[in-house]
Parts: sequence; structure tokens; C-alpha cells
Amino acid sequence: MRTSVFVHVLSTKGGSSRACRPAPRREPLGKRQPEGPPPAPAVQRVRLRYTKRGRLRFTSHRDFQRAFERALRRAEVPMAYSAGFTPHPKVSYANAAPTGTGSEAEYLEIALVQRRDPGELRTLLDAYMPDGLDVVDAVEARGSDFTDRLEASEWELRLDDVTPQEAADATAAFLAADTVEVQRRTKKGVRTFDARAAVLSLTSAAAAPGDGPVRRADGPGTAACAILRLVVRHLTPAVRPDDVLSGLRAAAGLAPQVPATVTRLAQGPLDEESGTVTDPFAPDREAPGEPSGPAGTSIATAPGRTA
Amino acid sequence: MPVESVFPQLEALLPHVQKPIQYVGGELNSTVKDWDECDVRWALMYPDAYEVGLPNQGVMILYEVLNEQEGVLAERTYSVWPDLEKLMRERGVPQFTVDAHRPVGAFDVLGVSFSTELGYTNLLTALDLSGIPLESKDRTVDHPIVMAGGHAAFNPEPIADFVDVAVIGDGEQAVLDVNAIIRAWKDEGRPGGRDELLLRLAKTGGVYVPRFYDVEYLRDGRISRVVPNRSGVPWRVSKHTVMDLDEWPYPKKPLVPLAETVHERMSVEIFRGCTRGCRFCQAGMITRPVRERSITGIGEMVDKGLKNTGFEEVGLLSLSSADHSEIGDIAKGLADRYEEDKVGLSLPSTRVDAFNIDLANELTRNGRRSGLTFAPEGGSERIRKVINKMVSEEDLIRTVATAYGNGWRQVKLYFMCGLPTETDEDVLQIGDMAVNVIAKGREVAQSNDIRCTVSIGGFVPKPHTPFQWAPQLSAEETDARLAKLRDKIRGDKKYGRSIGFRYHDGKPGIVEGLLSRGDRRVGAVIREVWDQGGRFDGWREYFSYDLWMDSAAKALPEYGVDVDWYTTRERSYEEVLPWDHLDSGLDKDWLWEDWQDALDETEVPDCRWDPCFDCGVCPQMGTDIQIGPTGKKLLPLSVVDSGASG
Repeated sequence: MRTSVFVHVLSTKGGSSRACRPAPRREPLGKRQPEGPPPAPAVQRVRLRYTKRGRLRFTSHRDFQRAFERALRRAEVPMAYSAGFTPHPKVSYANAAPTGTGSEAEYLEIALVQRRDPGELRTLLDAYMPDGLDVVDAVEARGSDFTDRLEASEWELRLDDVTPQEAADATAAFLAADTVEVQRRTKKGVRTFDARAAVLSLTSAAAAPGDGPVRRADGPGTAACAILRLVVRHLTPAVRPDDVLSGLRAAAGLAPQVPATVTRLAQGPLDEESGTVTDPFAPDREAPGEPSGPAGTSIATAPGRTA
Repeated sequence: MPVESVFPQLEALLPHVQKPIQYVGGELNSTVKDWDECDVRWALMYPDAYEVGLPNQGVMILYEVLNEQEGVLAERTYSVWPDLEKLMRERGVPQFTVDAHRPVGAFDVLGVSFSTELGYTNLLTALDLSGIPLESKDRTVDHPIVMAGGHAAFNPEPIADFVDVAVIGDGEQAVLDVNAIIRAWKDEGRPGGRDELLLRLAKTGGVYVPRFYDVEYLRDGRISRVVPNRSGVPWRVSKHTVMDLDEWPYPKKPLVPLAETVHERMSVEIFRGCTRGCRFCQAGMITRPVRERSITGIGEMVDKGLKNTGFEEVGLLSLSSADHSEIGDIAKGLADRYEEDKVGLSLPSTRVDAFNIDLANELTRNGRRSGLTFAPEGGSERIRKVINKMVSEEDLIRTVATAYGNGWRQVKLYFMCGLPTETDEDVLQIGDMAVNVIAKGREVAQSNDIRCTVSIGGFVPKPHTPFQWAPQLSAEETDARLAKLRDKIRGDKKYGRSIGFRYHDGKPGIVEGLLSRGDRRVGAVIREVWDQGGRFDGWREYFSYDLWMDSAAKALPEYGVDVDWYTTRERSYEEVLPWDHLDSGLDKDWLWEDWQDALDETEVPDCRWDPCFDCGVCPQMGTDIQIGPTGKKLLPLSVVDSGASG
């Protein structure tokens, strides 16, 4: 499932087993190979945390990918590239938030052919990304288990036309249920599943306009409204905030007219005792450890292989 | 007067619409200026969906040219899809700019760029959503001046009731001139109101104000004359021509959208105009003379553009890019320069000769060689003489042989159906040509794994071309002719399976023909179609031929004309054409001679390499051909830290 696997966007086409010497030009049909040496190997992997804030929460994951890869080029980051006729920079994205939901905690990993200081790289890339798609943290990658660390997410759901009392009643009804069946339209038709089991906690609070932890300079809302905090375990099928909203409608008839403003606040390892989501970069920050590099990584970087 | 962003109202609608990112703005290199610090404010519109409109070079250039001016603000707006339009109407959200989400109705000018006539209904949607009266005569001093530009504006008569002014030709200097007039009028306290401003614009001779002209008709429906109805308004309005493209290196900072668009690349216009003289081609006729950007100017634009955008592909644009006098050095210079940087180069408009293959090979030095596209346009030697497309079948076969021999796997061939004097036989020869291409390809590539795709569009006669007098082929005849060709290709047991066949039915071409050569009476049809819900006519899923025909049947009888009268009717020499008072520089007698030459199957060469053949543009407009070679070369960029070794 997408929720727990790094999505590799690297091209796997072409050049999978070629020798290092340049191929002659104008070979017969179907046998052309790119000229020149194979791509330089990766020497460092850097993990980045980024946001989708304000109006840029409407950015889809594909939109983000294009914007990020263009920023890499403008910033002249020494990226590792895949082999073949259409080389792609080696970037792996983890568990992207749905289009329309904001996020304070999106993650990706890039592979470099020259070493860079992660902090400086973060500052540089942040300057080249549009405001709202902010690069907020960077670490040198250690280990290849990163996606496994993303066990749970914490979400904020702002309900502009729901009173705090209505929200409290609805969440109580939801939590009291053993299972809450919801439906979601997918490409394969309508799918029915339980939205309750994955929910580790769900609380409601009142908020004055602009009171939330996420700055929303351009957002609507002038009256007191309800804010939900949701911690959900990454399971298959994934339970998303809109599924929980469907669940609140199913369990308690809560049906906001104004669309909820949803923001992912955190994702990472789940502390089972406290039920909180912790920092997924913690193992990377522990020094000294297994250095990042071509060996033992999730991204194939040796010559003659493609990721 | 403060103007508020409508984004808060819009934001609540966005979760309910497709691809909301197209409405939020925030593109890289976009500009938001302080409203109150500017005294002239332009809303620039491309009347199609964002994904089509954003990459439009015309809008992008004018946006940057205007925003570079002190005290001038330009923002962009695009057509909203029907899903959002419906919600905006329910909630009273007006047409907005994507830059600062300001209501379009608050600007001084709404400038709309029409690449095609099929955007006319979208203009009406935008006006209506903006709260701007649909017809020019109903607007007050507080409404924006609605201005049309772009190639379709060379005959703005069908939208004459809906626009206030039209400007034809190159926009760079023209918008600055218009801007100065608006600024002066506002500084003076808007004397004489809207009427006075329009009059000041009209008096320049370079801005067409339809309401200052009366159109008189003969009893048979033809135009008798078009007369200015104010003193000081010129009889004819001239197109604008920018000379020395190196002085206009726009866009310097191309817009980079977050949303996916139809062209994801950095575009550099390497020259403007074309004198090949293809008789069907309106663009080639109305953009004369040829003006090249220098090789060094191109190199600088590519360099700065890539740094400012991060795009990974560069498109070298023009009407026939391989015709640049130094295209070989440009291609090699850029390919050398960006070899390490994984920047792709493309040459969208190419001609049929072997030199082209060398160019294409250079541009794809390290890239995939998937498909090459050529445009013979006509299937038979005879029809190619009629349209003045000087390509012989031997040229084509030699060219494709070289292409297949160089590892290209697929060749696409573009043709038109419905050309003047065309018979079934001319079109059926397209099939023979495709078979010959495949046969040669299999021989050269020593493989059966090659393809040739034949793509056919319906010919629509356009204003300001030698074919402006020509009868358009009816939709039924177009469809019948294409069906015969399809059967011929499908029936070829040996080669048919290697030939792809793509074509459009003849119906959209008839509507385009009605709008292209229409006059002011066609405005009533556009209005009726829009009233009945017509939108996005360039999109197959929205276009309705029946709606157009029903609306024409309702609106046109009172004038004694019909759709056939506008489309399949041949015009005579004496007829006053609806666009005759708009001066493209082309001498009408020369166009007529060229039309007669077409009927005689006589070719006319290119004035870049042959003597002038008196089309009239240069003397009329005070312009001249500007071509190289300059003899300069592209030098490698100074090496920073290439990061090539790892």
C-alpha cells in the first residue's frame, strides 16, 4: 500500500545492463544507447521534511514533485540521476498527504553525488521553493527503514461552521462505537471499510479565528469554531481524515456545510504508551551511526543498476 | 478605492472542484503589486482553461512588459471550468485574477488574447462573471476597457459588439502605447468619460474601436462599406510590428506553474514571421516580415530562462524553426552547452529535408528518438502547388529514409483536407505517400517495427490569406473524403497495420469557419450559443455542433444569410470583406493574384532567398526583413561548479 512504502519515481527504463564504454552513434534501429559515462554514483542521502501551507495545500503530489525537481535544478543541487535516455533525479517521496489537505510533516529523500551539509541544503532549497511549500528540516539519512518509521499521523481538522459542543458530542459517539463503517469512492468503485479501528485518539476543542497552531492568513472563519485533533495509525486500507469525517457523519450525523480545513501536524513512529506521534528523524540524528552511502541503502546507486 | 482579494470566498469552493491548484496562483516568477500604488491596472486573459492558457507566450510577454513599468500592474485570469463557474454563480464570487485574486471588474483594462475563434463564448462567460455588461454599448466609465488581441483579432467583427477595442499585430510596444493614453486620460480626471478614452485610442490609427465604424450591407447580404462614424477616426487600422527582437527578450522570467499545463518547457521565440508563403497559413501572412532573434540573444535568453525556471526542456519556437539563418550553430551550441545538464531541446516546427534530420539528431544527441513530425500538408504534388508548400514526394521519402536510418522509430505526417480545388484523388494520395514511407522505412531500418502516423485536420479559410475568398468544404464532404482515405489505408494488407490514422470530423471546422470569416451579424450567433450554455468550444467534450447550427438558424435569417453563406460560399474580387478595414500590410491585390496563382497551380518563392514579390507588408508598415547570419557562435557558459564528478 502507498501508505507504508516509499514511492520510487525514478525511471526504470533503458540502460539496465550496458557497458561503460560509449556506444557508437547511429547504430541500427532499437540499439541506441546514451553516450558518455554512466551517471555518477550517489555518495550521500538526505532526508527532508516539508510543508504544504495555506493556499498551496491544493497542490497535488504530482504538482509538488514537478515544483521540487525544478527547485533542485535552479538551486544547482548535485543530484544523482538514474541512467537511460531520460535520466531522472533520484528523489523518493513518502506517504504524501491528499490534495487539498495542508501538512506540516511531509517527507522525502534525495541522493547526491557530492556531499552537502543537510542544514545548508535545507536553507537553500527552502529559498527556491514557493512560500507555503517550505523545507523545514533536513538530516543525513541513516538506515533504509525510513518508511517503516511512519507508523501514524496526527491531524488537525478545523470545522468552521460546527460549534465546539456539536463536535464534542460527535467525537464521543464515534469513539464509543466498536466499528464505524464508511465508504469511499475509488477508481475501482465504492469501497466500504471500518474507519474506527485505526483511530488512536480523537479530541475536540474550541478555537477562536486564527487560533490554531497553523497560520492561516488567507483562510475563512470569523466566529468560534471546533477543532478536532486526530491520531490515526497507518493501516491498510489507509484511514484518512475525510474518512473520519465520514465516520462522524455516520456515527453522529455531523455534517458540516463548510469544507473542513485539514492539516497533518506530524507523522512518524508511534509511542504506544502515550499514543503520540514522535520524530521520524530521531534515528538519523543519533550520532555516530551507520553512515549513509551507496551500500545498504534503499536506493540503488551502483553503476550498472537502476533504482 | 480599496480592492479586496476574493480568495476567502473562493477558497471555500475549491475543495469541490477539479484541479483546484489551477485557481490559486503563486506561480514562480509571478508578480503581485500594490493596488493603490499603481494608476493603470491590466487584467490579461487567455480565454481557455489554465492548463492551456498559462503557457501562452503572448500573455506571458505582455504580463512581464507591463509589470516592469512603474505604476502599472498586470494580473492574469483564465477561464474557469463549468464546475467552478456554477459554484461562483451560486455564491456570487466574481471572475478573479490568479495573481492577487482581485475581481476583474475592478481593473482598467481586460485584455483578452485570442489564438483561436473558439474562445469567443469563454469571453462572454468571463465578462458575465466579472459583472461587466456583455455589450460594449452598455458599459460605463467604471467598467474596464475590453480589448482583444491575438491572431483571431485580425478579424474581430464577430465579437465587435462584445469588445471595446481590438489591437492587431505584435503587442509589446502596443500595450505600452495604450497604457500611456489611459494613464494620461486618468491623470486628467477621465474627461469625456469612456467615449473620450475610446476616441483617443481610435485616433492613433493603431487601435480598432468597432463602435466608431458603421457597417452597411447590400440587399444580397454582402457588405457595401464600412465607414467611420466620428471625425478623426481613420478609415483603416494598422497592425503593430516590433522590430529588433533582441530589444524585446521576453519572457525573461517565464512563469512556472504548480499545476500541470500543456507545455512544460521554457520557450524562446527564435524568430517572428514567415515568408514561406503557404497560402492556407494565416500566421505566416499576418506576421510578416521575418525578424530573427540573434544567436547570441537566443543563447542569453535560454541561459537566463533556465536559471529562472528550472525547466528541463527548451523549445525553440517560431513558425518554421529550421529556417533560422543560423539554426545549425544554435542547435549545436545549445546541445554542447547543456550536454551535462540534462536539458532537452525541441524544435516544434520543422520542414521536410535531410538537414532537418541532422538538426533533430543534434537535439537528441543523448535522448530518446521516438517520433519526428513533418507537415507535407497536401497528399498530391498538384495540391501542394496549390497551397504553395514546396515539398516533393522524393524530398519526403529521402528525409524519412534518413530519419529511420538514424534510429527514429516513428514518423508523423500532418495533412489538411478540404483545400481549395481538392478532389478525392488528392486526398487518397495521402495513403500512397504513407505506404511509400513505410516501405522505404522497412528497407532502411531492416525491420518491420516502424510506424507512420497520418494526422489530418480540416482546412478552414482564414482572413488576410490568399484563400480568404475560397469556398470551405462542407462537413459532409470532408467526412466522406476522409472515410475513403481511411478505407484505403485500412484495406492495405501489407502496410496498413503500420499506418496510424488520426483525423477530426468536419463539424468543428464549420463553426471555426463561421467565426473566422464572419462579420458583425455572427455576433448574434455567439450570443445565442452562450445564452444556451455554450462554453469551451475548443474542447471536444463541451463543443456542440448542433447548438451552433440551431443558434445560427435562430439568429441569422433576419439578415438573409446562413452558415453556408459564410463558409462554403466562394467570394468574388469585388466583395468587401468584413476585415478589409484592418490593415495587415498585405496588399489585397497581391493576395488576389496569389489566389489566382493557386488556382493555376503556380508556386511563389520565399523573399528571404529570392527577390521581393511585392506582398506589400514592408513598404506599407515601414518594416524590413531582419535575418542573419551574424557569424557569431554560442560560447560555453563560464564553468561554475558543474558537479560532474562525484
